[in-house]
Amino acid sequence: MNIIVCLKQVPGTTHVKINPETNSLVREGIENIINPFDTYALEEGVRLREKHGGKVTVMTMGPAQAEAALREAISLGADEAILLSDRAFAVADTWATAYTISRAVTKIADYDLIICGRQTIDGDTGQVGPETAEMLDIPFVAYVSNIEEIEGGNLRVKRMVEEGHEIITATLPAVITVAKEINVPRLPSLRGKMKSKSADITTWTINDLDVSENMVGLAGSSTQVIKVFFPERVSQAEILEGDLESKVDTLIERLKDAKLC
Amino acid sequence: MDYFFTDDQKMIKDLARQIAEERVLPVRAELDEKEEFPRDIMNDLAGADMFRVFVPEEYEGLGGGCLELCLVVEELSRICSAVAVSYAASALGCMTLMEYGTDEQKQKYLPDIASGKKLGAFAITESTAGSDAGNIKTTAEKVEGGYLLNGTKQFITNGGEAEIYTVMALTDKSKGARGASAIIVEKDTPGFTFGKKEKKMGIRSSSTRELVFKNCLVPEENLLGRPGHGFIQAMRLFDKSRPGIGAQAVGLAQGALEAAVEYAQQRVQFDQTIINIQAVQHMLADMAIQTEAARALVYAAAKYVDSGAKNVTEPSAMSKVFAADTAMKVSVDAVQICGGSGYMRDYPVEKMMRDAKILQIYEGTNQILRNAIAANLRKRKGRTA
Repeated sequence: MNIIVCLKQVPGTTHVKINPETNSLVREGIENIINPFDTYALEEGVRLREKHGGKVTVMTMGPAQAEAALREAISLGADEAILLSDRAFAVADTWATAYTISRAVTKIADYDLIICGRQTIDGDTGQVGPETAEMLDIPFVAYVSNIEEIEGGNLRVKRMVEEGHEIITATLPAVITVAKEINVPRLPSLRGKMKSKSADITTWTINDLDVSENMVGLAGSSTQVIKVFFPERVSQAEILEGDLESKVDTLIERLKDAKLC
Repeated sequence: MDYFFTDDQKMIKDLARQIAEERVLPVRAELDEKEEFPRDIMNDLAGADMFRVFVPEEYEGLGGGCLELCLVVEELSRICSAVAVSYAASALGCMTLMEYGTDEQKQKYLPDIASGKKLGAFAITESTAGSDAGNIKTTAEKVEGGYLLNGTKQFITNGGEAEIYTVMALTDKSKGARGASAIIVEKDTPGFTFGKKEKKMGIRSSSTRELVFKNCLVPEENLLGRPGHGFIQAMRLFDKSRPGIGAQAVGLAQGALEAAVEYAQQRVQFDQTIINIQAVQHMLADMAIQTEAARALVYAAAKYVDSGAKNVTEPSAMSKVFAADTAMKVSVDAVQICGGSGYMRDYPVEKMMRDAKILQIYEGTNQILRNAIAANLRKRKGRTA
């Protein structure tokens, strides 16, 4: 069973700075980590490989330094790694990102399952996984909390929905995004770390993929970030005066006005 | 302080620290309270290849030596000394095998130790044989089909939890210590059972039990090295393992120091944090000096062991004695700095103080090791070796 795990390198901090000119994250000088949600995707991929055989290929799109995330993924059990890196891919929105990934997946060709984290902790959109599935025209299941069975080219998963769980069957190949409930990611191992140091990381640029320049990166993005800013903090607290009963009455009235009760 | 470790050594140390902080720290108080063996943590260590560190590469290990083992033990002990000793005891349990075993014996046992699938343990101590380690009474009588073991081992670390035991027993009763031999006994061998689980002052989540042998028949091929060489094998084993106890002590002292500094930076008395009080500052500085000195000595001794030097008794004993005394003193002072809070189980330092005491006792009491150091001093007339 060949599994592709898509992951993203994100800043390992909540104190991110934004470049006001490009409206993108300032990554210099910040320790980068694998997007925490993606670590569950990786762990699930490695577990499936351990159970069913095959290989796990990790893939990320990003600058050259994203190679570190791929090496870490190898130390955690991935077999192969592909870095999609080209200036032309930069400042991509979720659409252009998914497009680039889907073209890379098509190039890999021999795969059964693509696993992504449910969302990133920087962009937070949760869109790249489903968009990739759409572009590849294969089934997609989001928020998977358990892979119940994989047999005969079919996948049965449990997926989290607001009021409970759904059990969904899909044909393979498919894309799933996983929730953190699915597993507890393992620690890296010494042998994995040693292997990761010398592992070959394949880099694909725009020339390696069957894409045109206006479909990727900023040029291929249907959305553009116009401005990123921290919301102004305004305090709108109102202190109710009077005795306890009148305060409670006023509060109930306010809540009714706000249609909260 | 930079000790100029290789990239691989740094990697081992960093990963051991990560495991200690992520997996051990959240449960150490509970494990101590419940006196529960840290099986999940042993599995985490296994998954991270930590048991491969001290096993040669040809037996699925990573081929590290005493220093690499010390780095892991130190990092684990910084968070929990009981976890550290449970890990280290597995190394101790297979060191005689690594040193004196045949290729066949090593092939049979070491890969499972390396993968962490099985834990090891070493058993010499008996009710009559502590510091007087030669006074063991357990016998291994040569019979048809192997050795018949009878006797009781006491205070055995990893007892009941380990699968592979290196047991010292008399194959020739008439010769006393010179009739002792090292024999591997696997768990679940008929006639081999476990006695009471000791309730201890410290390192409470580690397992310390009696091993009881009643007509326990062990195949002849389980004998390690030559019969009658057991005692000398054990003495050489401890020469090589003692820096590991030193590392355990250094880790514990480091953990206590960090806890004391953290507390002193938060605790306000007389309108200031107590780290501003010189009496506290000097205590902390002394703790740091002693810990660093112990660390340097432990690393130096470990490197000396790894150099293949013939006689390592003295530096090895020095590192254990000094580090253990340091851990005791530093942990007592850490409790003192943390005051009433430090005495409570809500804070980690009281556990560290309880855990520290055994370091001065096991793997050769600090007194018996001073005897060994003094004996060497006589030989070399006090000059540097």
